[in-house]
Amino acid sequence: MQVNDKTEFVPKIVAFCCNWCSYAGADLSGTNRLQYPANVKIIRVPCSCRVNPMFILRAFQRGADGVIICGCHPGDCHYTTGNFYARRRMTLLFSMLDYLGIERKRTRVEWVSAAEGAKFAATMNDFAAQINELGPNRRLEDLRCRQN
Amino acid sequence: MQRIGVFVCHCGTNIAGTVDVKAVAEALGREPSVVYSTDYTYMCSESGQNLIKDTIVSKKLTGVVICSCSPRMHEATFRKAAASVGLNPYMVEIANIREQCSWIHKDKAEATEKAIILGRAAIAKVQLNTPLTAGESPVVKRALVIGGGIAGIQTALDVAEAGFEVDIVEKKATIGGKMTQIDKTFPTLDCAACILTPKMVDCAQNEKIKIYSYSEIESVTGFVGNFTVKIRKKARFVDETKCTGCGLCTEKCPVKKVPNEFNLGMDNRRAIYIPFAQAVPKVATIDANYCNMLKNGKCGVCSKVCTAGAIDYKQTDTIVEEKYGAIVAATGFNPIDVSQYGEYAYNQSKDVITSLEFERLTNAAGPTSGTLLRPSDGKHPHTIVFVQCVGSRCTPEKGKSYCSKICCMYTAKHAMLTREKYPDTDVYVFYIDVRTPGKNFDEFYRRAVEDYGVHYIKGAVGKVSPRADGTLDVQASDLIMGEQLHINADLVVLAAAIEPDKSARPLATMLTASMDTNDFFTEAHPKLRPVESPTAGVFLSGMCQGPKDIPETVSQASACAAKVIGLLAKDKLSCNPCVAHSNENMCNGCSQCANVCPYGAITYEEKEFRMPDRTTRIRRVASVNPAVCQGCGACTVTCPSGAMDLYGFSNRQIMSEVDAICK
Repeated sequence: MQVNDKTEFVPKIVAFCCNWCSYAGADLSGTNRLQYPANVKIIRVPCSCRVNPMFILRAFQRGADGVIICGCHPGDCHYTTGNFYARRRMTLLFSMLDYLGIERKRTRVEWVSAAEGAKFAATMNDFAAQINELGPNRRLEDLRCRQN
Repeated sequence: MQRIGVFVCHCGTNIAGTVDVKAVAEALGREPSVVYSTDYTYMCSESGQNLIKDTIVSKKLTGVVICSCSPRMHEATFRKAAASVGLNPYMVEIANIREQCSWIHKDKAEATEKAIILGRAAIAKVQLNTPLTAGESPVVKRALVIGGGIAGIQTALDVAEAGFEVDIVEKKATIGGKMTQIDKTFPTLDCAACILTPKMVDCAQNEKIKIYSYSEIESVTGFVGNFTVKIRKKARFVDETKCTGCGLCTEKCPVKKVPNEFNLGMDNRRAIYIPFAQAVPKVATIDANYCNMLKNGKCGVCSKVCTAGAIDYKQTDTIVEEKYGAIVAATGFNPIDVSQYGEYAYNQSKDVITSLEFERLTNAAGPTSGTLLRPSDGKHPHTIVFVQCVGSRCTPEKGKSYCSKICCMYTAKHAMLTREKYPDTDVYVFYIDVRTPGKNFDEFYRRAVEDYGVHYIKGAVGKVSPRADGTLDVQASDLIMGEQLHINADLVVLAAAIEPDKSARPLATMLTASMDTNDFFTEAHPKLRPVESPTAGVFLSGMCQGPKDIPETVSQASACAAKVIGLLAKDKLSCNPCVAHSNENMCNGCSQCANVCPYGAITYEEKEFRMPDRTTRIRRVASVNPAVCQGCGACTVTCPSGAMDLYGFSNRQIMSEVDAICK
């Protein structure tokens, strides 16, 4: 996908989904044929606590316009406490990113259970619309990483 | 350099309908390291799997990417296929182009483009995959049950039935737990002792079951399949192997004024005692706090009367070390201390009692031989007030926020039994809500109200004040009538909230099992894994996991046994190979990873390292036990030096996926 400012802006969105809840929720929205934009691409991780802040910085560096992390609802984590760690880490990271000029709205943590296919699709639609509104991420993108 | 094969599945028209599969296969075929790329109608079919297998062999593939349905659906299928022709199963990655692409998009060009990107991400990941082997660890075919109440007994009997050895560790002098103190059981009203004591005897007679009574857990180390447990056998000053349980010593002992805990202090026992007639093991125990011989060396009556020569005043605590494959926590519960609620005057009047004390007062083996008498003057009470939810469903400052679940039913039972035995007694029950879900439970409660004429009043008791004539003035509100009531009661019975036994928290720490804020053990999954702790090899039975009545406790105990048997039936455990591992050269031994690990899988060891200047240094480094690690990855992110990484989801693998998606 190419970000070309002359054509219509199509944001790149990376979604990290935990294997046990949110990835299954994403599968469920597929099974129920609930539409969300094609520019949302999912990366499967064992738990939301596996998401290293480095991954998010890397995504922004490589030209992502928004990053969303989805995990099990607090208290329902497959690994008991993983999503609590994720929540804390992301709170810190997002406020740091905000300070660096990456708007708060470009990042999000959302709890989606394996039964919430509709919530997954709605969340992705909402998040994509939000990123569309914000426009391209220029702050952290490393132009040397751009291909084409 | 990897040799990667890409297989794009049509899934009939499920994928091919919205994704141009040929274009995907072609585009992915141009990716670096991809030596073969094709598409096929049904990859998961036998012919599709054969296509994959044949290609792995003919093209000497080192990695496989399958663009198909969700990995949650067929990852295992494809991994198995790869393994059957000698490719490490963890060299197979799935790009989910059905649930997360073809099914959610309508525009073919858009969906095709997305499928290609998802394929690229999977290829990028496989480039960095390494063959993983699931480790194996042996299973010690023996279970430990901690707690010898009805939950522990049932679990032990069921596990022993399947042919495995079980040890029960019980801190009291006898097994049986709280159920031994109960008189009748709802809703059938059969006598608790009649249904429990045969099970206790079964335990004692079963050659697979070993009972450590009057013993406590000292320490637990190890992991699933291979725990090492130290058990402290407290000195009971009686040789268990010699004592016949004749009880002569308990009659002759001169120290007569020891509060009898079995009857909740409502009568006395001797310093040497057998808790109750059907105790298992039926062995006397000397209470060192009261025994004259142990306190000042003067007496020795019990040893003189004992014909078996079982008394041993020099006995000391002994530590036994045993190995187990599975551990069951069955630590049970206790009613809370109701003296903290001054309004009920529990400390001021002997005639304000708890429900468990009421059980003893109606039990034939209790202090009154089953006749309901007021503890203060031994007269028949004519008006009894039962107060429900004492400490249950409170604000956290006042008590427990949860519902104790059993009180509505046992109060209905008490009320009903009182009215049956003593029809001239007025019985009032003050409740917030009556909660009687369960088989034949609501019918039971309705019987108490309709057939036995128990007065159920929705409202709270505000104050209980002892009066000069020995009765109790109960001030209460009737919420339905909207009026204040004064009842002149002879006996007030408090349905105290239940709480987990105090020993549960230190035990949870030893087991690295998690607990909730109320000190109940947490289950691995509240719906789907209700009898397992999140810590592998630790199982939960009975009240230690949450409030339960006896039928529920027994069914949970049996469920727990099924899980234990499932574990012990295995000779070896194969572990999930996608676990954390630490790079010892980078690790600085800071302990942060161990702090976030929910499983206690990380330990530290002192290791010798050869430094660049050829000296050796001893450093403390983290080491992950792959049999315990569940692969969540919390430690990998916490590690400040980047020494921790996760097999199968390494930092580099996820980064390369990010790169491929953002390209």
